[in-house]
Amino acid sequence: MTLAADRNHEGELEVPEGYVKLTIDGLEVVAPQGELIIRTAERLGIQVPRFCDHPLLDPAGACRQCLVEVEMGGRPMPKPQASCTVPVADGMVVKTQHTSPVADKAQQGVMELLLINHPLDCPICDKGGECPLQNQAMSNGRAESRFVDTKRTFPKPLPISSQVLLDRERCVLCQRCTRFSNEIAGDPFIELLERGAGQQIGTSATAAIADEAESAANTIEGKPFQSYFSGNTIQICPVGALTSAAYRFRSRPFDLVSTPSICEGCSSGCAERVDTRRGKIMRKLASNDPEVNEEWICDKGRFSFPYVAAADRVLRPQVRNAETGKLEDASWTEALRVAAEGLTAARERGVGVLASGRSTLEDAYAYSKFARIALRTNDIDFRARAHSAEELDFLTAKVLGTNPETGVSFASIEQAPAVLCVALEPEDESPIVFLRLRKAARKSGTKVFHLASWTSPAVTKTFGTLLPAVPGEEPKELDHLDSAVRDQLSAPGAVLLVGERAAEVPGLYSAVARLAESTGAKLAWIPRRAGERGALEAGALPTLLPGGRAVADAAARTELETAWGLEAGALPTEQGKDTADILRAAADGELGGLLVGGVDPDDLPDPALARTALRSAGFVVSLEVRHSAVTELADVVLPVAAAPEKDGSFVNWEGRHRPFEIALHRSDGATLPDCRVLDTLAIEMDADLFTQTPKAATEDLLRIGYAGTAVAAAPNAQPSEQPTRSKPNQAVLATWRELLDGGSLQADEPALAGTARTRCVRMSANTATEAGLRKGELAVLSAAVDGGGEVRLPVEIADLPDGVVWAPGGGEFGKIRRDLGVGHGSLVVLRGGGSQA
Amino acid sequence: MTEVDKLTPVLTKRWLSPNSWTLRTYEQLEGYTALPKALRGSPEQLVQLVKDSGLRGRGGAGFPAGVKWSFMPPNEDKPHYLVINADEGEPGTCKDIPLMMADPHSLIEGCVIASYAMRAHHCFIYVRGEVPHCIRRLNAAVAEAYQAGYLGKNILGSGFDLELVVHAGAGAYICGEETALLDSLEGRRGQPRLKPPFPAAAGLYAQPTTVNNVETIASVPYIVNAGADWFRTMGSEKSPGPKIYSLSGHVERPGQYEAPLGTTLRELLDLAGGMKDGIPLKFWTPGGSSTPLFTAEHLDVPLDFEGAAEAGSMLGTTALQIFNETVSVPWAVMKWTEFYKHESCGKCTPCREGTYWLTQILQRMVRGEGTETDIDTLLDVCDNVLGRSFCALGDGAVSPITSGIKYFKDEFLALCESNRAKGASQTEPALAGAGS
Ligand SMILES: Cc1cc2nc3c(=O)[nH]c(=O)nc-3n(C[C@H](O)[C@H](O)[C@H](O)COP(=O)(O)O)c2cc1C
Ligand code: SF4
Ligand code: FES
Repeated sequence: MTLAADRNHEGELEVPEGYVKLTIDGLEVVAPQGELIIRTAERLGIQVPRFCDHPLLDPAGACRQCLVEVEMGGRPMPKPQASCTVPVADGMVVKTQHTSPVADKAQQGVMELLLINHPLDCPICDKGGECPLQNQAMSNGRAESRFVDTKRTFPKPLPISSQVLLDRERCVLCQRCTRFSNEIAGDPFIELLERGAGQQIGTSATAAIADEAESAANTIEGKPFQSYFSGNTIQICPVGALTSAAYRFRSRPFDLVSTPSICEGCSSGCAERVDTRRGKIMRKLASNDPEVNEEWICDKGRFSFPYVAAADRVLRPQVRNAETGKLEDASWTEALRVAAEGLTAARERGVGVLASGRSTLEDAYAYSKFARIALRTNDIDFRARAHSAEELDFLTAKVLGTNPETGVSFASIEQAPAVLCVALEPEDESPIVFLRLRKAARKSGTKVFHLASWTSPAVTKTFGTLLPAVPGEEPKELDHLDSAVRDQLSAPGAVLLVGERAAEVPGLYSAVARLAESTGAKLAWIPRRAGERGALEAGALPTLLPGGRAVADAAARTELETAWGLEAGALPTEQGKDTADILRAAADGELGGLLVGGVDPDDLPDPALARTALRSAGFVVSLEVRHSAVTELADVVLPVAAAPEKDGSFVNWEGRHRPFEIALHRSDGATLPDCRVLDTLAIEMDADLFTQTPKAATEDLLRIGYAGTAVAAAPNAQPSEQPTRSKPNQAVLATWRELLDGGSLQADEPALAGTARTRCVRMSANTATEAGLRKGELAVLSAAVDGGGEVRLPVEIADLPDGVVWAPGGGEFGKIRRDLGVGHGSLVVLRGGGSQA
Repeated sequence: MTEVDKLTPVLTKRWLSPNSWTLRTYEQLEGYTALPKALRGSPEQLVQLVKDSGLRGRGGAGFPAGVKWSFMPPNEDKPHYLVINADEGEPGTCKDIPLMMADPHSLIEGCVIASYAMRAHHCFIYVRGEVPHCIRRLNAAVAEAYQAGYLGKNILGSGFDLELVVHAGAGAYICGEETALLDSLEGRRGQPRLKPPFPAAAGLYAQPTTVNNVETIASVPYIVNAGADWFRTMGSEKSPGPKIYSLSGHVERPGQYEAPLGTTLRELLDLAGGMKDGIPLKFWTPGGSSTPLFTAEHLDVPLDFEGAAEAGSMLGTTALQIFNETVSVPWAVMKWTEFYKHESCGKCTPCREGTYWLTQILQRMVRGEGTETDIDTLLDVCDNVLGRSFCALGDGAVSPITSGIKYFKDEFLALCESNRAKGASQTEPALAGAGS
């Protein structure tokens, strides 16, 4: 589309179908129809100054900084035109500031006007040094202002939310923030207020906060401001008007060391930039990756890095003193020796490996290989969450080995005629997928369907259609889809997205696979955690070996034995135990030990069982970033690096390889990636992993190659019987984890936590009435089976089926899994708990 | 010619009748006689008729009404809307509100005919919010028209349906700009929209929409009754028809005078009894404050679209604000600029910041604290606003300043002189710019 368009014999530029030829500053250029002048100029290397323009936002033409002269059909247009709003046309002649004195004067004029009310506080402004206003004032402005009168002033800053602060004096009113919120995120929490020079960005609470300087946690409609994407407004603000509460005044851009990286927050694998200063992460920014996250990241990805510097980081290896029962600091040599001896001894009765869903591909590979050759077992599973055997079959049959070319990609979502989300609440569980669904619906007219229990904000914001389902009955609903919906999903390019929560509903993965077969829709699996997809490819599962090989396949085992340089028959042949079985076996005293890498027992299907297992297992080795419920019970604790402190790669849900380098070099010990620790531990156990570094692990992975020989029939599991509500105060639980719920990566970031959604339990008006509850009152949820705890949440009324309640998986009030021991589709007891909290 | 000869009461002909605003009076005086004729014709015929008449928009820009109507899609895949611009915010303009007060049914009849011609079944009259008396009267007239079957379902048995809604604005000059008006009508903040898409493609609620001024639409029934040729007997080839000129300021009898387009101020002053107290004319606006000033030299400029433009201004809304020799031009220009600063919507930089700056310079000059450099700065800032703004408000805002300095630079210089005199008698501040 381009500069290097072909020339014909006469040396003229060829103009392919759908393209036009125009001249910019005397240079001929071929451009796709509909391209805006400002972008064509940019491709030619001509930078037209701008503020309101943003390639991913609809044109506004508000700042008037980008004026150029335009001639059509030999006739100059009477006024300079905003190049960010005018599409190119055949035969157009454009003169920018470089060739037109009129355009140059117009731009200088606008720049001077923008600066008359701009405070000269660049020396204390976060944006100073990376500020489009500062830069363009130098390139396209006059050195001295003629303005000698009184500047407009505002009190500053105003908190727009706990994490975004607004300085109205600095604002140039380009509306990028309001347009982002409106168009991209669908959370119009900020708006323009007032008019003329008094115009300002604000929320409905601006007046109140301006007076009282208290937080403006309200949107224009008076709803609390809880956008998951608000951090992007800080990044695209072309001045220092929107600043981050956490980053404000912390650094100058030129003091930062920037490293391109990949976000560890979820399975999208967003490109981001990590800025560090003197051994500390100061901030994260979205990088531009058109294929994946475009220029956006979610607030969790942007702000949840303080965990890296948390006070409870494990910094030294520790060994439990047999006499005192206390963990004591030890040398690496000592700790590795104790761990190796313990594991070697335990190996006799069997050691289970609970790997993490957050590992890099390289670390997951090391766990996978460690289990097979150091522990000689297939008892390994990365699924530190509800899971099923059906899921294993589904992953093997439908997900393993797919990549953006062969499977679903962000681009194919954008182009899909229809998308169905199953067991996936995209905004909470995969925010960038949510943004792409919204974009698809806004820009390409994609029909988005959500098989879910209520019209969540994501349903509305993707212009979606709710296909209502009682938890547990999703398979039935899928098998009996409305024919109109089925037709739309049968259109070429239609997409099915299924989340990991499907594992909680027996028969759901099977029904999804059936639907994909019968409609021809493309299928993608979207787990929540960053490492799950990589761990699948690395074979950190009881039935799979690395590189798409099945444990049960003798030929594949032999191939791997050769590649790994093992004796024939060295690999364990028996299919391993999954997470639940490992825990059960450990709890029953059947296992000699556990090797646990970054697992929170409260995420496991049965947290109580997990604790028993940790206590009953003879010997527990824990590789951890921070002290946890596991380290509390472990015999040896080995510190490992957090994601920004190591290199490696994630495989995102598309199956896209996302390598990254070390962003944070720390000097205090906790710097080794899991693969390195496992490699050394293996040597102590006379096994060689060849994973001394992530690079070495990658090489080893490349050497064994991707076989892709593991096959499985699509699962065909039966839905379980719907639990019957035997008493009137029983309800079926729908639940998922909200994006911001104090999860382990979100530690120590109060500003981020401040924008979490208001926790509540949702139910239909009928269900509430039946339970004697009203909106706003506290409801008490407890498990239908005896013995569990309870959680208390205020009631909200929503369009759930009668007899169903929705509660968030985590948050300040407690955790459904930990406190009730139940999950999506379980029966819970609902009763009143008194009036408002 | 007698004075009466110069007047061509068409739109204003009923204004002095008793209870002119009632349906009864309107019907007695030929009201609602054009409607049945129009409904017997086809929409295409009506559009052609209005094209042939040469009727040009009376809201300021003078765009040919028939041509604008013909931009509406010929089919009805989507709902079509007609929106009447009754925001009348341009300083000095006082024609639409008197018309709606005195003869609301002529506008309503025009609305039904125009809606039929554009296949619209919903029509909105957007009235500026500061005139509740006018809104009440309009609402009463609309109720009467519904009652009598001129609005609603199956109008006069023709099968044509029209709902008409009177909507009150909230007091912003910018909401007279047609796209800002549409945003405001949709319940949003009134700021102009990016064009394209033009309203005929995606206007109100993104559906095909035509926005016309009150006077434009109220002219339609007369054209339907008397024909395009009759309409062209008044005014000029390019600017045909009668026009309501509103005269205000230092004249003996301010008010609305309906005369053919092309009438001069000299003739209009005759009609209005001349300059008040005989004090000579100094400057005037031909079409509201957004149109560059004229002076006594321009008494014989024909006030039609071409004549005003050739003489360096614009016809605008034919709001003639007339000032005698007692008025200081810099002061008047300052007052107008304060208006634009107050009304700038804030969307674009040149208008928002420019009016903010220009106001401060002018206020300073009028206080006697200006310098000659300020005059250069005024003109240069005006140059950076004119044609650089998002909408025409910015262009209008600088008209009084540039034309004021063009014709009356001496007065601006005189203000600087007095400042210099003052400055000389004061001791210099120790640091440049340290004085207050
Ligand atoms: C700042 C501004 C204010 C305007 N105010 C009015 C107004 O009050 N009434 C009006 O009819 N047109 C007004 N206009 C012109 C309208 O945008 C539009 O051209 C007109 O309503 C079209 O109707 P017409 O074709 O019948 O003249 C205004 C334009 C601008 C730029
Ligand atoms: S010129 Fe700009 S600021 Fe002024 S009213 Fe128009 S859009 Fe608003
Ligand atoms: S960048 Fe073009 S108008 Fe703002």
